[in-house]
Amino acid sequence: MEEVREQITHMPRIGEPAPAFEAVTTHGKLKLEDFKGSWLILFSHPADFTPVCTTEFIAFSKIYPELQKRGVELLGLSVDSVSSHIAWVRNVEEKTKVKIPFPIIADLNKEVSLDYGMIHPGQSKTETVRCVFIIDPNQVIRTILYYPLTTGRNMDEILRIIDALQTTDKNSVATPANWRPGDMVVVPPPNTQEMAEERLKQGYECTDWYLCKKKL
Amino acid sequence: MACISPDGKPTESGSKMLRALQAGLKSPEEIAKDTGLPLFRVRSGLRELTQSGLAKQRDDRYELSEEGAKLIK
Repeated sequence: MEEVREQITHMPRIGEPAPAFEAVTTHGKLKLEDFKGSWLILFSHPADFTPVCTTEFIAFSKIYPELQKRGVELLGLSVDSVSSHIAWVRNVEEKTKVKIPFPIIADLNKEVSLDYGMIHPGQSKTETVRCVFIIDPNQVIRTILYYPLTTGRNMDEILRIIDALQTTDKNSVATPANWRPGDMVVVPPPNTQEMAEERLKQGYECTDWYLCKKKL
Repeated sequence: MACISPDGKPTESGSKMLRALQAGLKSPEEIAKDTGLPLFRVRSGLRELTQSGLAKQRDDRYELSEEGAKLIK
Protein backbone atom coordinates (compact mmCIF):
# COMPACT_ATOMS: atom_id res chain seq x y z
CA MET A 1 0.00 0.00 0.00
CA GLU A 2 2.87 2.35 0.88
CA GLU A 3 4.41 1.62 -2.50
CA VAL A 4 1.15 2.41 -4.30
CA ARG A 5 0.84 5.69 -2.42
CA GLU A 6 4.38 6.61 -3.44
CA GLN A 7 3.58 5.88 -7.06
CA ILE A 8 0.75 8.37 -7.20
CA THR A 9 2.37 11.29 -5.40
CA HIS A 10 4.20 12.61 -8.47
CA MET A 11 1.79 13.91 -11.09
CA PRO A 12 3.29 16.67 -13.21
CA ARG A 13 0.88 19.26 -14.54
CA ILE A 14 0.56 21.42 -17.61
CA GLY A 15 2.54 24.64 -17.30
CA GLU A 16 5.09 23.16 -14.90
CA PRO A 17 8.76 22.58 -15.76
CA ALA A 18 9.21 19.00 -16.98
CA PRO A 19 10.97 16.91 -14.31
CA ALA A 20 14.68 16.61 -15.10
CA PHE A 21 16.10 13.15 -15.75
CA GLU A 22 19.20 11.32 -16.83
CA ALA A 23 18.30 7.95 -18.30
CA VAL A 24 19.76 4.98 -20.13
CA THR A 25 18.25 4.79 -23.62
CA THR A 26 18.73 2.88 -26.85
CA HIS A 27 20.75 5.90 -28.03
CA GLY A 28 22.97 6.10 -24.95
CA LYS A 29 22.58 8.07 -21.75
CA LEU A 30 20.32 11.07 -22.32
CA LYS A 31 19.32 13.98 -20.11
CA LEU A 32 16.17 16.04 -20.48
CA GLU A 33 18.38 19.11 -20.99
CA ASP A 34 19.84 17.49 -24.13
CA PHE A 35 16.50 18.32 -25.78
CA LYS A 36 16.52 22.01 -24.81
CA GLY A 37 15.54 24.17 -27.78
CA SER A 38 13.47 21.41 -29.40
CA TRP A 39 9.93 20.32 -28.74
CA LEU A 40 9.86 16.87 -27.18
CA ILE A 41 7.20 14.19 -27.07
CA LEU A 42 8.01 11.90 -24.16
CA PHE A 43 5.72 8.90 -24.27
CA SER A 44 5.47 5.70 -22.30
CA HIS A 45 4.26 2.27 -23.33
CA PRO A 46 3.41 -0.71 -21.09
CA ALA A 47 5.94 -3.22 -22.38
CA ASP A 48 8.12 -4.31 -25.29
CA PHE A 49 6.96 -7.17 -27.52
CA THR A 50 3.28 -6.42 -26.95
CA PRO A 51 0.80 -5.97 -29.80
CA VAL A 52 -0.74 -2.53 -29.24
CA CYS A 53 2.66 -1.01 -28.38
CA THR A 54 4.14 -2.44 -31.56
CA THR A 55 1.41 -0.77 -33.66
CA GLU A 56 2.05 2.49 -31.82
CA PHE A 57 5.80 2.39 -32.37
CA ILE A 58 5.26 1.81 -36.08
CA ALA A 59 2.79 4.71 -36.12
CA PHE A 60 5.16 7.03 -34.19
CA SER A 61 7.95 6.13 -36.63
CA LYS A 62 5.71 6.99 -39.57
CA ILE A 63 4.91 10.48 -38.23
CA TYR A 64 8.52 11.11 -37.16
CA PRO A 65 9.44 12.92 -40.42
CA GLU A 66 6.43 15.22 -39.98
CA LEU A 67 7.43 15.83 -36.36
CA GLN A 68 11.00 16.65 -37.38
CA LYS A 69 9.69 19.25 -39.84
CA ARG A 70 8.05 20.89 -36.83
CA GLY A 71 11.21 20.72 -34.68
CA VAL A 72 9.87 17.91 -32.51
CA GLU A 73 11.85 14.96 -31.12
CA LEU A 74 10.38 11.69 -29.85
CA LEU A 75 11.49 9.78 -26.76
CA GLY A 76 9.82 6.52 -25.74
CA LEU A 77 9.88 4.86 -22.32
CA SER A 78 8.92 1.63 -20.62
CA VAL A 79 9.94 -0.37 -17.58
CA ASP A 80 12.10 -2.73 -19.65
CA SER A 81 15.83 -3.20 -20.08
CA VAL A 82 17.81 -1.60 -22.87
CA SER A 83 18.56 -5.10 -24.23
CA SER A 84 14.82 -5.79 -24.43
CA HIS A 85 14.27 -2.47 -26.24
CA ILE A 86 17.07 -3.23 -28.71
CA ALA A 87 15.72 -6.75 -29.37
CA TRP A 88 12.21 -5.38 -29.86
CA VAL A 89 13.10 -2.55 -32.26
CA ARG A 90 15.24 -4.99 -34.26
CA ASN A 91 12.31 -7.42 -34.36
CA VAL A 92 9.91 -4.67 -35.47
CA GLU A 93 12.29 -3.68 -38.26
CA GLU A 94 12.80 -7.30 -39.34
CA LYS A 95 9.09 -8.15 -39.38
CA THR A 96 7.58 -4.88 -40.63
CA LYS A 97 10.51 -3.13 -42.38
CA VAL A 98 9.86 -0.07 -40.22
CA LYS A 99 12.95 1.33 -38.50
CA ILE A 100 12.40 2.91 -35.09
CA PRO A 101 14.50 6.08 -35.40
CA PHE A 102 14.05 7.60 -31.95
CA PRO A 103 15.51 6.64 -28.54
CA ILE A 104 13.65 4.64 -25.89
CA ILE A 105 14.33 5.00 -22.16
CA ALA A 106 15.00 1.77 -20.28
CA ASP A 107 13.39 2.77 -16.98
CA LEU A 108 13.98 -0.42 -15.01
CA ASN A 109 14.20 1.40 -11.67
CA LYS A 110 11.04 3.42 -12.56
CA GLU A 111 12.73 6.72 -11.70
CA VAL A 112 11.40 8.62 -14.71
CA SER A 113 8.04 6.81 -14.68
CA LEU A 114 7.37 7.85 -11.09
CA ASP A 115 8.53 11.44 -11.61
CA TYR A 116 6.14 11.76 -14.55
CA GLY A 117 3.21 9.88 -12.97
CA MET A 118 3.29 7.24 -15.68
CA ILE A 119 2.40 4.32 -13.42
CA HIS A 120 -1.28 4.17 -12.58
CA PRO A 121 -1.67 1.41 -9.99
CA GLY A 122 -5.35 0.96 -10.84
CA GLN A 123 -4.23 -0.23 -14.28
CA SER A 124 -0.91 -1.85 -13.44
CA LYS A 125 1.53 -1.59 -10.55
CA THR A 126 4.51 -2.53 -12.70
CA GLU A 127 3.83 -1.20 -16.19
CA THR A 128 3.49 2.37 -17.42
CA VAL A 129 0.18 3.38 -19.00
CA ARG A 130 0.18 5.08 -22.40
CA CYS A 131 1.21 8.63 -21.48
CA VAL A 132 2.14 11.45 -23.82
CA PHE A 133 3.95 14.52 -22.48
CA ILE A 134 4.44 17.34 -24.96
CA ILE A 135 7.32 19.47 -23.69
CA ASP A 136 8.18 22.80 -25.30
CA PRO A 137 11.67 24.13 -26.18
CA ASN A 138 11.86 25.80 -22.73
CA GLN A 139 11.19 22.38 -21.18
CA VAL A 140 7.75 23.29 -19.86
CA ILE A 141 4.98 20.66 -20.05
CA ARG A 142 2.38 21.89 -22.51
CA THR A 143 0.12 18.86 -22.94
CA ILE A 144 -0.48 15.61 -21.08
CA LEU A 145 -2.48 12.73 -22.54
CA TYR A 146 -3.23 9.44 -20.82
CA TYR A 147 -4.56 6.40 -22.65
CA PRO A 148 -5.47 3.08 -21.04
CA LEU A 149 -3.43 -0.05 -21.66
CA THR A 150 -5.95 -1.35 -24.18
CA THR A 151 -6.26 1.74 -26.41
CA GLY A 152 -3.59 2.69 -28.94
CA ARG A 153 -2.87 6.39 -29.40
CA ASN A 154 -4.08 8.60 -32.25
CA MET A 155 -1.13 10.05 -34.18
CA ASP A 156 -3.29 12.58 -36.05
CA GLU A 157 -4.33 14.10 -32.74
CA ILE A 158 -0.74 14.27 -31.51
CA LEU A 159 0.32 16.09 -34.70
CA ARG A 160 -2.75 18.33 -34.43
CA ILE A 161 -1.83 19.32 -30.87
CA ILE A 162 1.73 20.17 -31.93
CA ASP A 163 0.39 22.32 -34.78
CA ALA A 164 -2.08 24.00 -32.43
CA LEU A 165 0.54 24.74 -29.74
CA GLN A 166 3.03 26.11 -32.25
CA THR A 167 0.33 28.23 -33.91
CA THR A 168 -0.74 29.56 -30.50
CA ASP A 169 2.84 30.44 -29.53
CA LYS A 170 3.61 32.14 -32.83
CA ASN A 171 0.42 34.18 -33.18
CA SER A 172 -0.92 34.64 -29.62
CA VAL A 173 -4.25 33.06 -30.52
CA ALA A 174 -6.22 30.00 -29.42
CA THR A 175 -7.57 27.20 -31.57
CA PRO A 176 -11.21 26.09 -31.57
CA ALA A 177 -12.60 22.56 -31.35
CA ASN A 178 -11.44 20.23 -34.11
CA TRP A 179 -9.11 22.94 -35.45
CA ARG A 180 -6.80 21.99 -38.27
CA PRO A 181 -3.97 24.06 -39.80
CA GLY A 182 -5.53 26.55 -42.22
CA ASP A 183 -8.76 26.86 -40.25
CA MET A 184 -9.72 30.12 -38.55
CA VAL A 185 -8.26 30.72 -35.10
CA VAL A 186 -9.84 32.21 -32.00
CA VAL A 187 -8.83 35.73 -30.96
CA PRO A 188 -8.13 35.93 -27.19
CA PRO A 189 -11.12 37.27 -25.24
CA PRO A 190 -11.06 41.00 -24.42
CA ASN A 191 -10.16 42.15 -20.92
CA THR A 192 -12.12 45.42 -20.88
CA GLN A 193 -15.42 46.73 -22.13
CA GLU A 194 -13.57 49.14 -24.42
CA MET A 195 -11.61 46.28 -25.98
CA ALA A 196 -14.84 44.30 -26.43
CA GLU A 197 -16.41 47.19 -28.36
CA GLU A 198 -13.30 47.81 -30.47
CA ARG A 199 -13.04 44.17 -31.37
CA LEU A 200 -16.45 44.21 -33.06
CA LYS A 201 -15.10 46.86 -35.47
CA GLN A 202 -11.94 44.98 -36.41
CA GLY A 203 -13.35 42.78 -39.13
CA TYR A 204 -13.13 39.54 -37.21
CA GLU A 205 -15.79 36.91 -37.69
CA CYS A 206 -17.64 37.35 -34.39
CA THR A 207 -20.48 35.26 -33.01
CA ASP A 208 -20.52 37.74 -30.15
CA TRP A 209 -17.94 39.97 -28.43
CA TYR A 210 -16.38 37.03 -26.56
CA LEU A 211 -16.11 34.64 -29.51
CA CYS A 212 -14.26 36.10 -32.48
CA LYS A 213 -12.28 34.24 -35.10
CA LYS A 214 -9.79 35.36 -37.71
CA LYS A 215 -7.77 33.90 -40.54
CA LEU A 216 -4.01 33.80 -40.14
CA MET B 1 27.74 4.38 -24.56
CA ALA B 2 26.46 5.70 -27.86
CA CYS B 3 29.67 7.35 -29.07
CA ILE B 4 32.32 5.05 -27.63
CA SER B 5 32.07 1.29 -28.13
CA PRO B 6 33.05 -1.11 -25.33
CA ASP B 7 36.52 -1.56 -26.90
CA GLY B 8 37.13 2.18 -26.45
CA LYS B 9 36.87 3.06 -30.13
CA PRO B 10 34.43 5.73 -31.32
CA THR B 11 31.25 4.49 -32.96
CA GLU B 12 30.11 5.83 -36.32
CA SER B 13 28.33 8.78 -34.72
CA GLY B 14 31.29 9.36 -32.37
CA SER B 15 33.68 9.43 -35.35
CA LYS B 16 31.40 11.86 -37.18
CA MET B 17 31.53 14.23 -34.23
CA LEU B 18 35.29 13.92 -33.83
CA ARG B 19 35.77 14.64 -37.55
CA ALA B 20 33.54 17.70 -37.21
CA LEU B 21 35.86 18.94 -34.45
CA GLN B 22 38.94 18.67 -36.68
CA ALA B 23 38.25 22.19 -37.95
CA GLY B 24 38.58 23.62 -34.43
CA LEU B 25 36.29 24.85 -31.68
CA LYS B 26 32.62 24.24 -32.41
CA SER B 27 29.31 24.58 -30.61
CA PRO B 28 26.93 21.59 -30.34
CA GLU B 29 24.63 23.36 -32.83
CA GLU B 30 27.43 23.67 -35.38
CA ILE B 31 28.39 20.03 -34.91
CA ALA B 32 24.76 18.96 -35.38
CA LYS B 33 24.64 20.93 -38.63
CA ASP B 34 27.94 19.48 -39.88
CA THR B 35 27.15 15.87 -38.99
CA GLY B 36 23.39 15.73 -39.63
CA LEU B 37 22.93 14.23 -36.17
CA PRO B 38 20.06 15.46 -33.99
CA LEU B 39 21.14 18.10 -31.47
CA PHE B 40 20.21 15.91 -28.48
CA ARG B 41 22.51 13.15 -29.79
CA VAL B 42 25.33 15.64 -30.24
CA ARG B 43 24.94 17.00 -26.71
CA SER B 44 24.95 13.53 -25.13
CA GLY B 45 27.75 12.40 -27.45
CA LEU B 46 29.94 15.36 -26.53
CA ARG B 47 29.43 14.49 -22.88
CA GLU B 48 30.75 10.99 -23.56
CA LEU B 49 33.64 12.17 -25.73
CA THR B 50 34.64 14.66 -23.05
CA GLN B 51 34.40 12.08 -20.26
CA SER B 52 36.51 9.70 -22.35
CA GLY B 53 39.16 12.34 -22.86
CA LEU B 54 38.68 12.51 -26.65
CA ALA B 55 37.25 16.05 -26.65
CA LYS B 56 37.60 19.11 -24.45
CA GLN B 57 35.04 21.72 -23.53
CA ARG B 58 35.89 25.41 -23.59
CA ASP B 59 32.94 27.53 -22.41
CA ASP B 60 30.04 26.43 -24.62
CA ARG B 61 32.21 25.02 -27.39
CA TYR B 62 34.22 21.86 -27.92
CA GLU B 63 37.53 20.88 -29.47
CA LEU B 64 39.53 17.70 -30.02
CA SER B 65 41.90 16.57 -27.29
CA GLU B 66 45.33 15.25 -28.32
CA GLU B 67 44.03 11.73 -27.87
CA GLY B 68 40.94 12.46 -29.96
CA ALA B 69 43.06 13.97 -32.73
CA LYS B 70 45.28 10.85 -32.81
CA LEU B 71 42.22 8.59 -33.11
CA ILE B 72 40.96 10.13 -36.32
CA LYS B 73 44.31 10.56 -38.09
